[in-house]
Amino acid sequence: MASKRPEHQGPPDIFYNEEEARKYSQNTHIIDVQTKLSERAIELLNLPDEESCLVLDVGCGSGLSGEVLTDLGHQWVGLDISSSMLDVAQEREVEGDLVLGDIGYGMPFRAGAFDGAISISALQWLCQADKNYHNPIKRLYKFFSTLYSCLARGARAVLQFYPETPNQVDMITQQAMKAGFTGGLVVDYPNSTRAKKMFLCLFAGGQVQELPTGLTGEEGNEGVRTQARYDTERQRYRHHRGKSLKKSRTWILEKKDRWRNKGRDVRPDSKYTARRRPKPF
Amino acid sequence: MLTSNILKGVTKGFPLKIKAVKVENVSVDYNRDFVARILQRIEYGALQSAVKDLGLNESLPETMSDAMQQDDEFLKLMHKVLLEYEIEEGELICPETGRKFPISKGIPNMLLQETEVS
Repeated sequence: MASKRPEHQGPPDIFYNEEEARKYSQNTHIIDVQTKLSERAIELLNLPDEESCLVLDVGCGSGLSGEVLTDLGHQWVGLDISSSMLDVAQEREVEGDLVLGDIGYGMPFRAGAFDGAISISALQWLCQADKNYHNPIKRLYKFFSTLYSCLARGARAVLQFYPETPNQVDMITQQAMKAGFTGGLVVDYPNSTRAKKMFLCLFAGGQVQELPTGLTGEEGNEGVRTQARYDTERQRYRHHRGKSLKKSRTWILEKKDRWRNKGRDVRPDSKYTARRRPKPF
Repeated sequence: MLTSNILKGVTKGFPLKIKAVKVENVSVDYNRDFVARILQRIEYGALQSAVKDLGLNESLPETMSDAMQQDDEFLKLMHKVLLEYEIEEGELICPETGRKFPISKGIPNMLLQETEVS
């Protein structure tokens, strides 16, 4: 069963309504993934050591990434199009200042305001035409050019996103370069379907900087679940970054879960589930 | 308040005039280095108008000299003005077009209409 891309279901301010915003922010798996992505993005941001900086969080949502910034001692301003997500951020009493806006209209900030910018899992939404007067390429360019101006000289922008196709990656990178950014794509764990993550690492002027290298090696082994985990929240929307190996215990437990969701009669799980049966006589 | 000093309107609209209906006072940890760094980017004139718009009971010096940016007293005052005042309800008004951006529950709404998108 292929997972649906949320941006195909509708524009982000409609998709992230009150219910979805609440589910998103209570889902421990999502919190975990978003936190790890934020930490990696901030690492790539290469802010001066031991200094508290002003960072822009593009598509800040319910403030998961912002909280990582706060934990590291930075001040931040978050921009998002979904008022429901921003409401959740306020309930969680995040330290950053929140602004309701559409990044495709341009950053409503004056020149040179920020020491850096991050974006976690937001950019792919900009590639859809959500209204009939939207032109994704123009919106992307508007976004990148205004982002460039509101960053201080020499500052970086690190944008993690989930591209649908290589064409989308090209489209996004092209508009960023057109807007004056240098830099490029940093890919972590390029060979793993599950662990692979893409970061667009951009430099706003200043001295020539070297592009950071992506992570490789012992990938995806941390936090791989060998047991199915049951939370009190029912996760209707799950990100399948990589599929479990067929016939493995995880796969069987997931399949039994899927069948239960369909309402079929399924044996309860026990320590014997997926155990290798002895060869028949 | 820091955010209001960096928000701008559609094209060149800066600074945005603030009309506050409800202002709250919060307490934020004082970070001397951060305030000193951010002061270099602040539009002091805009900050003064903002303080006046809000009718805050803070007296800001007329101009900000380089020497003052190192003065502890001044830094503490700037910390208070920039980080400890939050506008809960009100409006931001663009000086160029007169367009009003509402602020609700502390969040300014910068969404544009179809006709405003260039």
